[in-house]
Amino acid sequence: MAEAVASAAVSAPALSPSAPLPVRAVLPWALFVGLLMLVALYFVGAEQGATAVFSGEGVHEWVHDGRHLLGFPCH
Amino acid sequence: MYASTVRGLLVRGMLAGLIAGLFAFAVAYVVGEPPVRGSIAVEEATAAKEAAPAAGHAGHGGAEAAPAAGEEEELVSRPVQSTVGLATGVLVYGVALGGIASLAFSFVLGRVGGFSPRATAALTAAGAFTTVYFVPFLKYPASPPAVGNPDTIGQRTTLFFLMILLSVLLGVGAIILGRRLAPRLGNWNATLAAGGGFVVAAALAFLVLPDNTDAVKPEFPAALLWEFRVASVTVQVVMWVVFGIVFGVLAQRLLGRRTDPAGAQATAPQPASALG
Repeated sequence: MAEAVASAAVSAPALSPSAPLPVRAVLPWALFVGLLMLVALYFVGAEQGATAVFSGEGVHEWVHDGRHLLGFPCH
Repeated sequence: MYASTVRGLLVRGMLAGLIAGLFAFAVAYVVGEPPVRGSIAVEEATAAKEAAPAAGHAGHGGAEAAPAAGEEEELVSRPVQSTVGLATGVLVYGVALGGIASLAFSFVLGRVGGFSPRATAALTAAGAFTTVYFVPFLKYPASPPAVGNPDTIGQRTTLFFLMILLSVLLGVGAIILGRRLAPRLGNWNATLAAGGGFVVAAALAFLVLPDNTDAVKPEFPAALLWEFRVASVTVQVVMWVVFGIVFGVLAQRLLGRRTDPAGAQATAPQPASALG
């Protein structure tokens, strides 16, 4: 991972730790992983409340206390 | 090259979110569960009171059916809800928002002034707490069990998520505004102006969006409601403080050993490696 980057470019000059990352490099991660994270949040915050992907009350009941305490409308 | 840095930050953000979630879970269990338990007791007492007169007036109870608290509890027991269930919710929330916050960090790093990665992480955490939780909380505060009619859950959820979206967009707008004003007003005044703009815009959003149609009933104990809401805010403060600190350390370490992907042919030395 990052270690591989460091060793591969060992002769390259050091870069400022705060140098901006190109938007092109961030965007694909933001789109795909960001979307995945939003889906995870949906299951914690809203599934089987306002809308439901799965029928029943299992998901809602499982995360019930977390949903209330994290600030989501629960029921 | 850059993509692996972004991926490294994302993994670290999710890890920091997991650690933050563990702290937040501990707090939620210790200070959040007592008012949740208390509210469920109120809910059951109210349901029992409503059931008693309804038995006398047969044929009248249909529309006013009490929330089926008893049925719900059979599906997942209270001991499970308050431990494993609570942990699942808080940890998934922590990991997911940790990942999203690290992506936001990747966008703003080096673009909001001369902050080190550690300071940028702290600012990202503060911004996430404010826009994702606190501003929406001021309009639609967290409510314990027994508050809220199941019939209005759709509307309440839509408004809550709309408020989060608005508040995040206004936050992004404030950052852009601040960066635009900085050359003219200087960093300090530009930050104040952008912050003021955010407060005014959020206040307008509060006025425009409808009130919670299903507010707390007057007979619900005020002290219990207060205890629950303070617990909810505490959980989020702990989550974001821990995230900001942990992610700051991890990001600083990852970015501190970054080298220029443009490679060895870059002749000008980079003096900024001492930053942060």
